[in-house]
This record gives sequence, structure tokens and C-alpha cells, in this order.
Amino acid sequence: MSQREEVLARLRAARGAAPAAPAAVPRDYRRAGAEADLDLLVHRLTDYRATVHRCTDDAVAEVVDAVLGGRRIVVPPGLPRRWLPATVTAVTDDALGTDQIAALDGVVTAAALAVAETGTIVLDGAPDQGRRVITLLPDVHVCVLRAEQVVAGLPDAVARLDPRRPLTWISGPSATSDIELNRVEGVHGPRNLHVVLLPPGTAR
Amino acid sequence: MRVALFVTCLADTMFPAAATATVRLLERLGHEVVFPEAQTCCGQMHVNTGYLGDALPLVRRHVRTFAPYDVVVAPSGSCVGSVRHQHAMVARRAGDERLAGQAEEVAARTYELSEFLVDVLGVTDVGAYFPHRVTYHPTCHSLRVLRVGDRPLRLLRQVRGLELVELPQAEQCCGFGGTFAVKNADTSTAMLADKLRHVLSTGADVCTAGDSSCLMHIGGGLSRLRTGVRTVHLAEILAATEETGAVAAAGRTGART
Amino acid sequence: MSRTFLGMPATAPRGVGHLRGDEPFPAAARRALADPQLRRNLGHATTTIRAKSGAVIAELPDWQQLRAAGSAIKADVLARLPELLEQLELAVTAAGGTVHWAADAVEANRIVTELVAATGSDRVIKVKSMATQEIGLNEALEAAGITSVETDLAELIVQLGDDRPSHILVPAIHRNRAEIREIFLRAMPGVDPALTDDPAALAAAARRYLRETFLSTPVAVSGANFAVAETGTLAVVESEGNGRMCLTLPETLITVMGVEKVVPTWQDLEVFLQLLPRASTGERMNPYTSMWTGVTPGDGPQAVHLVLLDNGRSAVLADEVGRQALHCIRCSACLNVCPVYERTGGHAYGSVYPGPIGAVLSPQLTGVADNASLPYASTLCGACYDACPVKINIPELLVHLRDRAPHPRAEAAAMAAAAYVMDHPALYTAAQRAARLSRLAGRRGRGLPPPLSGWTASRDLPEPPPRTFRQWWAQR
Repeated sequence: MSQREEVLARLRAARGAAPAAPAAVPRDYRRAGAEADLDLLVHRLTDYRATVHRCTDDAVAEVVDAVLGGRRIVVPPGLPRRWLPATVTAVTDDALGTDQIAALDGVVTAAALAVAETGTIVLDGAPDQGRRVITLLPDVHVCVLRAEQVVAGLPDAVARLDPRRPLTWISGPSATSDIELNRVEGVHGPRNLHVVLLPPGTAR
Repeated sequence: MRVALFVTCLADTMFPAAATATVRLLERLGHEVVFPEAQTCCGQMHVNTGYLGDALPLVRRHVRTFAPYDVVVAPSGSCVGSVRHQHAMVARRAGDERLAGQAEEVAARTYELSEFLVDVLGVTDVGAYFPHRVTYHPTCHSLRVLRVGDRPLRLLRQVRGLELVELPQAEQCCGFGGTFAVKNADTSTAMLADKLRHVLSTGADVCTAGDSSCLMHIGGGLSRLRTGVRTVHLAEILAATEETGAVAAAGRTGART
Repeated sequence: MSRTFLGMPATAPRGVGHLRGDEPFPAAARRALADPQLRRNLGHATTTIRAKSGAVIAELPDWQQLRAAGSAIKADVLARLPELLEQLELAVTAAGGTVHWAADAVEANRIVTELVAATGSDRVIKVKSMATQEIGLNEALEAAGITSVETDLAELIVQLGDDRPSHILVPAIHRNRAEIREIFLRAMPGVDPALTDDPAALAAAARRYLRETFLSTPVAVSGANFAVAETGTLAVVESEGNGRMCLTLPETLITVMGVEKVVPTWQDLEVFLQLLPRASTGERMNPYTSMWTGVTPGDGPQAVHLVLLDNGRSAVLADEVGRQALHCIRCSACLNVCPVYERTGGHAYGSVYPGPIGAVLSPQLTGVADNASLPYASTLCGACYDACPVKINIPELLVHLRDRAPHPRAEAAAMAAAAYVMDHPALYTAAQRAARLSRLAGRRGRGLPPPLSGWTASRDLPEPPPRTFRQWWAQR
């Protein structure tokens, strides 16, 4: 008997007669559909030590300049170039090696969506967000978010996301609770997370 | 109302003051108390120690004994919890569905004292007088199995002369746990030490609760350390009045060394 | 269970992995209780996490509804486990991953070792995973000449300290910052000798130490918090970014997952992603959650393996009462609220699964005879049941397992005798009288004989009353 057949046979014997259909799960928790609260998102992000900048699309480059001016950064191939100030040296990720990415100071991306209730941004690898590695190795991550991308809660996010894409859910900078169960920011991921929140009605 | 007293084997044998107080209190409130003498033990010790088979005759006896009564009251959250959450399970494990059904019926008519007073009788002021500084330990089974909530506190707040002080980290277990106190005596003692520290920090001269078992544990520790703080069952406080000489009499909890 | 039969539910084999302790719980607990630093560290950490978790749970108006949904999903998973695993296998395979099946720890270790060996690497980086600790993967790899580098900060502390994990979520919970600093100074290559015990400085030291290893190791081993049957998506929930490193940088990713971690639908994650962080680290959301479905060309590992592990889970599933222990999502909330765990710490439980969930899971995975003291390592206070985000009735399971545990002969005889006496009121009354007389006769003594001496070692016994209640009742 192969290991596969062995495991499945054991589980079938243990479980007993198979049920006909999936069981009904009571889903009377808050479902998707509530309106997203931008102020709540800002509060949640700030509470977990992310820095939030609220500005219009044409001021994004100023924010990037303030955060990363004079530094070398990586950007995904689909990032709107208008967000980049002349003061940064932007290297487009064109299958860069990890050592090359690790040597850069920061990264600027867009996002797939954000969850207000938990202060979470989600990246899904779209061209304006890029490969997972580029938002991992540099120490500063600037993430630009349109107001329409903000959803109220987790169920809204799950409903909108495509699980076939590689997803990275980010809630604040890298942190640990491993020392005396106190949250300390700054371990392996970017130690600085800046979220730029654009007002409703901003064009892509 | 005619109330059958489920005295519990521990109160019957070791802490009759809690049981007699329950009788006096209920009679003072105008109710008839009967004591079905065929009762012995609800079997909780057997169930909780892992002897479900041995508990079966005790469950059967308990159900048979209390089936004829409309209302059953016990001065113990733990024993009522066993009746409510374990008896039918023990019967079902033994394949006795009929007994399980009867056990559920008896359980539905069985109340812990504070539940009975507040929920069934609708009283919180039982006319008691107890001029002491008192702290209340919400025993785990009253708190998390029966969910008696603040009922005991509402009763205590109405007791004349009583100064109620909050117990820090009240919801933490005292470490009794039946045979746990013997099988894991060291861990039990460590838990008791913290409970005693919190009791002493209140400056209370009496620690009360709705379970004689936990009070035996806490009281045994308070006595061993010669703290001068005593344990008194909730029923005894509620039964105490000016006439009964509450100051001296309530809670003979003298312990031996 | 010493023999296994083909195709029949089986417990985890002896001699491999970390599900069995060297000594019974009371003996191990006794030593832990005598360690004042440990007591202090545990008391501080569990008090901190209880407050944090309580606060973020209170923010959700529908916490109880989420618990109910989580519990129902897990019950559904167990009812359809073989079918869901086959569905998962199909989905992962379709997305370019490879699925392996392991009946026990020996098989799982063999599979992973061969996969690593095939890459030619003599080193793997690891994300904290209970399943790989359970099966003793690090030891198996080491025997094959492969070094495992634990990258989770707490795991790193444990590994550098040549220590054992003592908590599901925070394996180094028994260490405080001063001890961690000493471990780093002693065992971390290239550490700054001026390292302070500031937690941020300690975290930064780990960042520096592991960075090069992350960049240069071609194979990673992870666990999984969830696997979605309908999509083949795997999820790892973490904080530090070490998970993202392991899941993103290497060429080859090997995930070892207990079979019960499968969930039916993508939508189910909307429940568990709310339950887990709030119950676990006491955060609204953990800093990083990574999800991947097979291979994404050009992004992340291009060789993705999933090892589905039984190792006793089929035996747990076979027990209709006990199987709810397989609902566990490894949040460790039950540890943090347990008054026993808070005082003894995790090592006393022997198994990698400590605390209340360990007391009901470990004996079922191994067969209760191999962990017979664990079901008794609880006062049945019920705090764990209230805290469990998927509503595992741990007190009920403890009682269930106590009933199935081997009982000491003297105790069994005493229990049977007590039950007999209590079922005969005349004997019961006589016994009450006898108990009183023996207590009065023995009152000059210092206590009770073993095993009851455990009581009188630290507590007085109450004076026997002048008469029992029923005597009072008969005479009134």
C-alpha cells in the first residue's frame, strides 16, 4: 500500500461512514459589504507603527522624496512613474538578483487592497506591486493606496482577492512578540512601512 | 415552594453548617425544605477522576432520588454543574438513553443556591446581617460551568453590615480541582499560594464562595499560615441575621494542624 | 498501541519525534515550580498576552459568532477529511506543486530528507512549525548531514540555547530578555559584544545574524496554518518576516502539514484570519501572512512540495469525542489562560504540545498509556474552553481521556469501593461516622498518609463537625 493509500485508508476507517454533503456553517458573523472607514484604517495603521501620509496623487512624489530622497530604491515594472521624485535612484525589478535587491534602501509599490478594521494592506503580485521579494529585502516600504481599495473587514478582502495569486498580507512593519510577549517592531522584514492614502476619486 | 435539598456529600459530611444555613435561609424566606435521605454523592469525584463506569450507579441513584421533586437546590456550583453537564453524559456513555433523558429532566430543575434565589425567587435582599469585611471567590464551576455571573455579588451587596471588597484576579482557579490537589499537589499549592496572597491583599476577614470544596482548600491554606482570615460559605452569610448572632457563630471553620 | 494494521487508524510511533516526555507531569512540574525565574517569566508573559488578547477580542462585536463558525468549519473538515485532502492534492498539483503523504514521523522525515538531499544543499532554513517539531525533523536532517536553521526569533533562542520549546506560539516564553542576551552573547556567531537586553536590540541582532543565511540557502521547510482544499492555497501566519524570507527566497519550498489543517473553501479564511491573531498574539492582525498556490512562475520558489502528515491523527479522528482536539489552530490561547501552565511552563508536559491542548492532544496522538499523566494536569477550571477560538471543549476531553487512561490499581479499588458505599446509604452513613472517628483519633498527627499527604503538606484539614447534616436533620 502506498503512503497515500495508507493515510487515506486510515482516515476513512477513523472517520466512519461518509456524510453526503458539506455541512451548513453558521455564518452569522459580520459579512462583507459594510462601508470602509478610512479614518479607522489610518488609526489601525498608526497603532501598529506604520506611518500614514494622506495626500493627492500629484503629491505622492513629494512623500517619496521626504521618505527616500537621495536613496536607491527598487520599483515594480508597472509602478506609475509619476510617483517617483527625481531625488531617488529607481531600479526597476527586471528579474534582479536577491543580492542586488538586498543592497537597495527602499521600495515603492501600489497594493491590491487594504482592510480598515485590521490596518492590513495586501499585495497580490500585480505589475504595480511586483514580485514578493522586492517588498521583503529593502528596509523601507512605501505603499500607495487608493481610497477605493480600502475595504471594511476581512470578509470583504477575502471576497475581492484571487487566491491563485501569491498574496502577502502586511499589518505594520516587521515585528515580534517573542521577547516577553511584548510587540517589538523591526526584525527581518522592512522595519519602516509608509502608507500613502489617496483620496476617493483618484484615477489609476 | 417545596424545595428538595441536594446537600452534597461534602457539605453533609464535612461542612454541615453550609447545608443547615441553606435550610434556615430557605425556610426564613417562606419555603418548605425537604431532604430526600436516599441521596449520597452525585458522582462528580468519580467522573472527574476518570471513573465514569463507577459513577453510573451514583448518577442513577441521584436521578431516582430527586425525580419526584419540582425544584432541587444545592449549596454548590460544582455539584450542580456535575448534575447539569455530566450526568446525562455518563448515562449515554453506558448506553442508557432513558436514564440520560431522566437526568436531563432532573438537571433542568436543579439550581445552585444563588441561581435559585435570584432567578427563581427573584430576590437579592434576603434580610441577612453579617457585619464583616468580606471578599468573594467565584469558584470555577460557578463561574464557567454554571455561569452564575454576578448573582452571588448581588446577594452579598444587600447584606446589612457587610463590607464587600473585590478579590484581585478573582477568576483564577484556587488550585483545588478535586483529586488534582493530591495528584498534582505541588502545582495545586503554587496556585493556592497566589489565591491566598490575593485574599490577604484585600484585608478581608472572611473569604466566601459558593462551594465548600474550594473553601476547604482556601481555608486549609489560610489556616496553615495562621492568617486569621476564615472561609465562610455564601449560604451561611445569607442565613445570618441579627437574631442568629452572626458575629460569632457563622462559619465554624476551625481547622486542625 | 504497539502494533499497527494496514489501513487502520494508528497512533504516532515511539522512538521518533517529540510527543512523549521522560517523566510524568507531576514530577516534571515539581522541578519547574522550584525555578523562581521561570515562574516570574511565565507569570509576566501570560499576564501580558491575556490583557492584549482580551482587548482586541473585545473590539469585535461578533467574536462568538466567529467562534461558532470556526468550530463548525472544523467539524465539517473532520467529517470530510479524506475527500478534502484528495481535493487539496488535486488543486496543489494543478498549480504546479507536488504532494507527498506520510503515515507517520518516520515517513515524513524520510520524504523531507530525500527532497533536501536531491537539491544538493546541506542546509535548510525553517519557519517555525509545530508539525516538524512533532516529528523531530531537525534531528532527522542532522543525521543525514543537513543543518536546519530555525529562523523564528523564539526558535532561534531555543536552538542557540540548546533548549527545548515550551510554548506553541512563543517557544522561548520561559526566557526573559536578560537570559536571551546571555544566550546570544554565548552562542550567536559574530554577535556584537556590546549587545544590550533591549528587545529591539535583540531583534536587530537576530536580523543581522540571519540575513546572509536567508540570502544563500536554497531550500526552506515550513509548516502551514491553513490549506484551502478548493484552491490549493497554503497560508503561513507570522510576525517577523522570517516566514516571508523562507517562503520567497529559496528555490525549493517544502511544507509539512498535519492533515487536519485543511479547510474546505477560500471563504473559510475570512473566519480563521480573524480568530487566529486575536486569540494568539493578541493582535488585530499579525504583521505578515503569506499565501501561495503551487508555483508562481518567476516569483518565489519554483519547486513547491507539500507533505501531508498523519502521525497519530487518524487515531484521534477515530475517537468521536476526542476528535475535536483536531480543531486546534495552534493559537496557544489555552496555554496563556491556564493556571497550571502559567505556573509549570511547557517543559513539564513533555510533548511539543504543552498546556491544555497538549494535555488532550498528545495522549491521543501517542495513545493515552504513553502520556497517562497529562489528562490529569488540569483542575478542570474551564478557562481554556472559554478562550478557545474554535470552541474545543477541553475539560470534557480531559475527563474523557481520564476515563480511558490506565488507572493505578489502588486508586481504582478505592474508587470502586467508594462508589459502592455511596450507592448504599446505610454504609454511607456508617462511613461518615467512621471517617469522623478516625479523624478525631488522628488529630494529634501531622496529617494524612500518602497519597493524601499531598493535601496536608501545605493545607490544614478542617475539623470534623460534631455531627453530619443528616444527623442534624434527623434530630431537628
